[in-house]
Amino acid sequence: MITRVSRRVAMRLGAAFAALLPARAIAETIRRRWPWAADRTDRPVRRDERPGYIFFSPAEAAFVEAAAARMIPSDATGPGATEAQVPRFIDRQLAGPFGEGDRFYLQPPFAKGQPTQGWQMGPPVTVYRASIAAIDRWSAATYGRPFAALDPATQDQALKALEEGKAELGGAADAKAFFALLLQNVIEGYFADPIYGGNRDMGAWAMIGFPGARYDLTPWVSRYGEVYALPPVGLAGRAEWKPRS
Amino acid sequence: MAEPAVDVVLVGFGWTGAIMAEALTAAGLNVLAFERGGWRTAPNDFAIPFDQDELRYMWRHHLFQNVAHSTITFRNSPDQQALPMRRLGSFLPGAGVGGGGVHWNGQVWRFLPTDFAARSHNLERYGAGVVNANDMTVQDYPVTYAELEPYYDRFDYLCGVSGKAGNLGGQIQPGGNPFEGPRSRDYPNPPLNQPYGPSLFAKAAASLGYHPFPHPAANMSRPYTNPLGVQLGACTYCGFCEKFGCGNDSKSSPQTTILPVLMARPNFTLRTYCEVMKVELTRDGKHATGVSYVDENGVLGFQPAAIVILSAFMLENVRQLLLSGIGTPYDPRTGTGTVGRNYSYQITSSVNVFYDDKVTNPFIGAGALGMIIDDFNGDNFDHTGLGFIGGGYLGALNTGARPIETHPVPDKTPKWGAEFKRAIAENYVKTVPIVTHGAVMSHRNNYLDLDPTWRDTLGRPLMRMTFDFTDNEHKMSDYLTDKAAEIGRAMGGREIRVNKRSGHYDITPYQTTHTTGGAIMGADPKTSAINRYLQSWDVPNLFVAGANAFPQNAGYNPMGTVAALTYHCADAIVRDYVRSPGPLVQA
Repeated sequence: MITRVSRRVAMRLGAAFAALLPARAIAETIRRRWPWAADRTDRPVRRDERPGYIFFSPAEAAFVEAAAARMIPSDATGPGATEAQVPRFIDRQLAGPFGEGDRFYLQPPFAKGQPTQGWQMGPPVTVYRASIAAIDRWSAATYGRPFAALDPATQDQALKALEEGKAELGGAADAKAFFALLLQNVIEGYFADPIYGGNRDMGAWAMIGFPGARYDLTPWVSRYGEVYALPPVGLAGRAEWKPRS
Repeated sequence: MAEPAVDVVLVGFGWTGAIMAEALTAAGLNVLAFERGGWRTAPNDFAIPFDQDELRYMWRHHLFQNVAHSTITFRNSPDQQALPMRRLGSFLPGAGVGGGGVHWNGQVWRFLPTDFAARSHNLERYGAGVVNANDMTVQDYPVTYAELEPYYDRFDYLCGVSGKAGNLGGQIQPGGNPFEGPRSRDYPNPPLNQPYGPSLFAKAAASLGYHPFPHPAANMSRPYTNPLGVQLGACTYCGFCEKFGCGNDSKSSPQTTILPVLMARPNFTLRTYCEVMKVELTRDGKHATGVSYVDENGVLGFQPAAIVILSAFMLENVRQLLLSGIGTPYDPRTGTGTVGRNYSYQITSSVNVFYDDKVTNPFIGAGALGMIIDDFNGDNFDHTGLGFIGGGYLGALNTGARPIETHPVPDKTPKWGAEFKRAIAENYVKTVPIVTHGAVMSHRNNYLDLDPTWRDTLGRPLMRMTFDFTDNEHKMSDYLTDKAAEIGRAMGGREIRVNKRSGHYDITPYQTTHTTGGAIMGADPKTSAINRYLQSWDVPNLFVAGANAFPQNAGYNPMGTVAALTYHCADAIVRDYVRSPGPLVQA
């Protein structure tokens, strides 16, 4: 027999489920039809075009700009994280759903586990905020200055200490885990589609020879050994593609 | 809130749900499917060019299960505390109509005939020493390859698989996989065109005496109309296939092969954004009365049904059994109990080949595009003295090489800095990746149960996964990786890089979504949860379709076998169960 659940319990369960659904989620009963809407496409959300930073404080921005510039330096090989506008990409990501951990399981209790058990921290915004503050305190204690004010060679040394978990950040931050997150976000900002604010002018794609969102590569399958001839294209096309008036 | 009763209720609406619904409605049954996510199709949900967005789909998990709502807890061994998998990583289940069938690669394989007899075959050939090592709990399937062949064939034709048969009715065919079981007919479509990298791999593999063939692909090599009359377009090799929805209707999914026909049938109903809470049972626990569910309006409902079929992702199928109190939970200390038993996975590794003079353009891709050898899968080679059983395929696959994920750089290159950047810039278009895709056997301490601490947002315990690779897997994977390196060296590049899989299983890096077991099929109710027709031993009007049925994993992508088992089950329901409800196999 069915277990009877009180209306109150049912409401609570339903509310908990509803809170996690996308805004347009509506339970539907679909029979003998093909739901389709001519005017609806699940478009990506473009970056916020306002100038400056939305999430980062000036000190946080200084840290991220400096660290990203060491992870992907500016040189003759191609654009660095700075030219690709990676810090702005990360800022916009943290100001959006990713920052809040919309796809992270965030139920307590939190415990520190084995390395094989993965992420055991709060949402990215909390991790960035606490970690950058802790790194700057550690940097000041170790090198006499916040990270952004160190010379590049010392910054590299400091990043290595974070990467290897040798930097003592105290209980508020996990050096290794934060380094992994920051490096991942830097790589994302460098190679993601430009609509998200990084990979400016698709410079990183051009550097490695990735064609981006090309619809049809069929003619190239059999062209063994040939360099792909067309420039990269993003979800929003290319800057010189102007709509016909 | 009780609804009018239906003949069949389906819990989950991905590949297995769609296959079941099509087969059962065709037989005249009244079928209702519940799906926790929403309706999804290419024009509205992953249209060109928006589907080609690596950040959104791969790294922000736009089409995947949202773990904020429900996840698992994980540990390597029973003496550790399991902790929540707070981000997706190692595997990527789907959510929403089509399930993982929307973002899968389309790699369609059949298991080897000997894979179905993994215990008896290996015992006979290699003895008890190796089969019982590492607390291995390998069992035979209660079905044979020959019994499943018609159902494998049905899925190949439903999906329009592009490939080349290697064994037609016992006759070995040049250019195909000579190790495969006999097929009743060839693939419905010719193989995809092979790009440079896979062709270099195939040449080197053949020169070493191996047997390269094109990976069977549910990516269309030409326009195709399947037996249901549903049409798919030719693949454009755009490289956004695995982890993405296909905006071009060139990859088989429930949407592109079944739903246009199914949704028009009057005896089928789909309810989206409804989460099934559990299977409801009669007081004696021996009969399912239906399922209870909650929708987004805050209403808990009850859907009565004559037959309940769990057709969610395999982890959720096992959790539904445990939450509903069906069967006996497995206990690794005593080795007794069936639900949660024999959870298993796969083990992967890779080798990169680097060229100075060859531009290989690895971004030209499709989900199952590449050349493979099967010489070291299953028992296709003599394991005498190797100290392991099982194997895997290896091959050069061009699945898209999207740049946030793919950084082919030579050995000892740092992970960041100027040297890292230069290495990607110099090597990205001049590499060929070789992957190995190995089986994982079942072991006493690898299992699933309910977590005592963490819950989902509906207040139900999370599934707890206890899993690690054992010596059997590491020895096997190292063996495969050595073979991949041998071929890599023969490909004539500047250098190779060998990426072995060492140490404990790690929940973070993506490996494969081929999680299996936990509610396995078998001939004995003491060591299996379901019989050869996927029917619960404990509740005969309950069927459980999915990779949960595998007693242990094989060295192939599981969907072909999952689909074949599902068709086999649907046929038994239509042919036998409906006429005479009750156990289809006497225990």
